[in-house]
This record gives sequence, C-alpha cells and structure tokens, in this order.
Amino acid sequence: MQKIEAVIQPSKLDAVKDALVEAGISGITIFEARGHGRQKGHTEFYRGREYAVDLLPKVKLELVVTDEMKDKAIEAIINVARTGRIGDGKIFVSRIDEAIRIRNDERGEIAL
Amino acid sequence: MGWMAKLYSLGAREVKPVVTRRLAARWVLGLLLCCGIVAGAAVAQTPAASQADRIAALERVAAQNATAIANAQSAGDNAWMLTSAALVLLMSGPGLALFYGGLVRRKNILGTMMQTFAMMAVITVLWALVAYSLAFGSGNAFIGGLHNVFLHGVGLTPDPAYAPTIPLQTYMIYQLMFAIITPALITGAFAERMKFSAMLVFMVLWAIIVYTPMAHMVWGVGGLLNATAVGAGGLAGRFPCLDFAGGTVVHVTSGVSALVTALYLGKRLGFPQKAFMPHSVVLSFIGACLLWVGWFGFNAGSALGASGLATSAFVATHFGAAAGAIGWAAAEWFRNGKPSVLGGISGAVAGLVAITPASGFVRPIDALGIGLAAGVFCFFMVVKVKNLFGYDDSLDAFGVHGAGGTLGAILTGFFANSVVNPIFGAGKATGFFEGNHRQVINQLIGVAIAWTISIIGTLIILFVVDKLIGLRVSEDAEREGLDLSQHGEEGYDWEGG
Repeated sequence: MQKIEAVIQPSKLDAVKDALVEAGISGITIFEARGHGRQKGHTEFYRGREYAVDLLPKVKLELVVTDEMKDKAIEAIINVARTGRIGDGKIFVSRIDEAIRIRNDERGEIAL
Repeated sequence: MGWMAKLYSLGAREVKPVVTRRLAARWVLGLLLCCGIVAGAAVAQTPAASQADRIAALERVAAQNATAIANAQSAGDNAWMLTSAALVLLMSGPGLALFYGGLVRRKNILGTMMQTFAMMAVITVLWALVAYSLAFGSGNAFIGGLHNVFLHGVGLTPDPAYAPTIPLQTYMIYQLMFAIITPALITGAFAERMKFSAMLVFMVLWAIIVYTPMAHMVWGVGGLLNATAVGAGGLAGRFPCLDFAGGTVVHVTSGVSALVTALYLGKRLGFPQKAFMPHSVVLSFIGACLLWVGWFGFNAGSALGASGLATSAFVATHFGAAAGAIGWAAAEWFRNGKPSVLGGISGAVAGLVAITPASGFVRPIDALGIGLAAGVFCFFMVVKVKNLFGYDDSLDAFGVHGAGGTLGAILTGFFANSVVNPIFGAGKATGFFEGNHRQVINQLIGVAIAWTISIIGTLIILFVVDKLIGLRVSEDAEREGLDLSQHGEEGYDWEGG
C-alpha cells in the first residue's frame, strides 16, 4: 500500500477530486493548510503598510492506495493540478504497513 | 357622522364647478341666497352676538390653531431627533465596534469590540449622574454647572436655548450618543494592549475632563466658542466657532487624545517588524458602511429638527463620504498600484469626519471638495506621516479623526455660506469666501483649544491611571490576546459543532 500526500492550489481541489474518482479511487482526506515552497508568498498593503504574506492557503490531500493504483493516482493529480506556474504544489509518496477498517476490523488492502 | 359626510360631499360638489366663469357666478349667487336665508332665520331667533364675543371666539380658534401647529412641528421634529439619536448609537455599536474589530488580530476582536460597547453602558450612567450637567447645564464660558446632576430639571418641556421644538430629554439623549462615540473613537489608538480596567477609568475621567468642557464651550449655554444664534443674541460666545456636528468637540478631541495615548503607551509588542494585518476587512467593511448610515443621524440630526437645514446637512454628509472614499482610494491606486477595500472605506470615514463640522453650513458642491481633500489628506497622514514618526496609532484614530477633524474644522471657516445657514443673521457673511475673513481665525481658535485641552487633559489622566492601576496588559497577556486575558473568551470557536 502507498500513501500519497499532495499539496495543491485550493482552486484545483474540485478538479483533482473528480479526476481521482474517475481513476477509481474511493477514499480521500483533505486538509486546509498554509505553507510555501519556492513560491515564497506575495505582498499585501493595508493602509499603506506593506506586509509579506509567505504562508499561502493550500489544500493538502491524503490518500492510501494499492501499489498498482499508485501511478494512476499520481498521474490523475498531476494532470489536473498542473498550471505550469510556480505554486502548483508537490506530491509525496510513502509506504504504508497496515490499514484497518474500524467498523469490522478488516485488515490490509481490503480495508482501503 | 352620516350627516357630516353628506355635508362634506355637498361642499365638495359646490366647490368643483368653477370650470367656467358663468357657471361659477350662478353657483355663488345661489349660495349667497341660501346664506342670506339661513342668516336671516338665525337673526330672527337669537339676539345678535356682540363684536367682543365674536373676537373672543376667533381668538380662541387662533390659539387652538397655534397649539395644533406647534404640536405638529414638535411631533415631526421629535420623530426625526429620536431616530437620529438611535442612528448615532448605531455608529458605536455595531458600527465602530465592527470597523475597529476587523482591523485587529483575531485574538483581540472581542477585547476591541468590548471597549466600544463598554462606552455605551458606562458613559450613559455617567451622563445621567453628572456629565450632562457639566456639558449642557448653565455654568460659565468653559464648563456647565451642577444644576442638572442626576438629570434634575431635564424633563419633557423643550429648552428654547437649545431646541425649542423637542423635549429637553430628547436633546439630552441625542447628545449622550455623541458622548458615547467620542471616547470610543480613541480606543483605536491603544488597540490590542490596554488593560480593560484601566481603559474604563481612563474613559470616565476623559469624558469629564476633556469632553464635557469642550462640548460646553462649543454647544453649551454661554460657551466660549458657541456660534449659535449670534445674530439673535442667543448663546453667542466670545469666539464663535462653527462646528455643526462635532468636528472639534468629537473628532479633534478624540483624535488628538488618541495620538497622546499611543505615544504614552508605546508600541505593541513586535511593532513594526511583525505583521499586524487586519484579521477581517469584511467586518471592517460592514462597520464602515454602518458608520456612513449612522452619520446621517450625527450630522443631519444636529439641525435639531426635521428642517431644510437637516436636509442640507444630510446631503453634505453623503457627498463628503463619497468624495472621501474616492480621494483615498485614488491616492492609493496612484501610489500602490491598487485601490484597496480598506482604503475605500477609510476614505469614506475620513470624508465623514471632515464634513462633520461643515455640514449644515456648506453647499453640496463644497461638501464634495471637503470630502475629497480629507480623503487624500488622511491617506497622506496615515501612510506617510505615521511611518515617518513611527508611532503606533494602531487603527489610525489620529490619522483619520484628529487630522480629518482639524482639516474639516478649518475648511468650515472658508466654505460656510449664509445661504445654507444664516447663523450670523440673514445675509450676513458667514465664511471666508463670503467675506467674513475673521471666521477662519475663530475656527483656528476652536481647533487650538480642542488640541490643548486634549493634550493636557489626556496626559494628566494617563499619568494618574498609570500610577493607580497601570495602563498596559502584561507581555504575556498581550501575546495571548485581549479576548482571553481580559475577558476569558474567544471570538471564534473552531471546535464548535
């Protein structure tokens, strides 16, 4: 099993969600997040005073998929979340040891 | 009722056919004949009424009419003045509370709103006990006496010296709303760092030491700067300073005291390196729009009646606000490349501040000019001057109210027009451009007195309160935020549901 964590632009959330469902992935968890990578934020003016806003609103999504679904899921996310501009986000992938469905104690891939 | 209605309809039919002269003449002839017959019958039956009786009867009718007319005017004026009083209260809560609340950081929203709300309660009690008497009771040229403490003698009978057509209590409650918002304006300067207890004591002393003498001098009986009824020999003071709705009394006093307080308290922790961004310009937007609406009560209500003068002040107020918004936003657009929402609403407030003393004296087109000047000037004060000196007037109480109020008070001396308000007598020059050059001097005297009393009074109060209970919250409390440290609450509960 693989965990895919993707940090994306908030405006891309709906499209990414749809693409994942289309790719056959059923479970997803999302977080409203703030952060920056190389993008380093922007400036805002309030009453003439300039503020550097370096923590930008982002959406982080987390999904755990079977090994064979991994590439399909990553491709789905990249396809719709990419604009080609700085700030599109990142994807991190890691191995998952165990998954347990709380309702009936099912374990492994069947619990996904 | 039936026969009366019939008579009425008969009468109406008799009046209508004045279409052609001949027809009318025929009707008049018929009417006269009828009258003659009826009169003849009356004479035959009763002894002729003496001339004295008829005059007495007419006088009775005239007196009844006069009372009815006075009652009607009083009803109209009182309706407008009670509405205005409510509108001015709306400016404090929720107007100013939202405007300021949105500009602070999230952890201080309740603390900031509570400071304004506390004025609505505390100043009200103070007003009833002693402050009204000190401001509007008869006294000397500088302050009122103690004749009206506990609102003694403040009943429903109008006081012709102030407002001949509304109950004195209406005047009293209307003026109270000004006394509430004035200290509340100062809270913008010491936002996010003052102890609630110290703030309460400071405000009570400030209302007594700074506000009541200033209000008395400008608006009170025999006040030094009172300009009302100069021509009629009414309240006229030594230096008649034109201040229709509180440019000096409200905005200069609060704005200058705000500056003094900001300097005395010092900067917020981390200012200016750390970010002090408004946590919700949305709240500030709602607050500013409520201020704009409430300001109609503030300025047009200052006509003290539902008169043409009220209309004039209403129009000037609206024009001043609109032009102020454009002035600030345009200056910002030019300088920073973008017109911000906060800039637009700040400009509207600046325009409203500057037009406050001038409304009720200036023509609509001059109101546009005053508002525009205020929008640009206050932008300059907030963006340039504040950063130049580096004081932490957190929400720009001085930059908007002190600066805008001073500008407005002086410009009033230039643009006041006897066509709008012949306060010095019909046809007598009122402002500089009309030929009354001396008025600008009187305005400057009014402004200078307001600055002086604010600086000295506020400094003394700050010193005393600082020694007694301390002005600032502890550093830990300031980091934690006023909501939790002062009130044990949080404005936004993210765990709810």
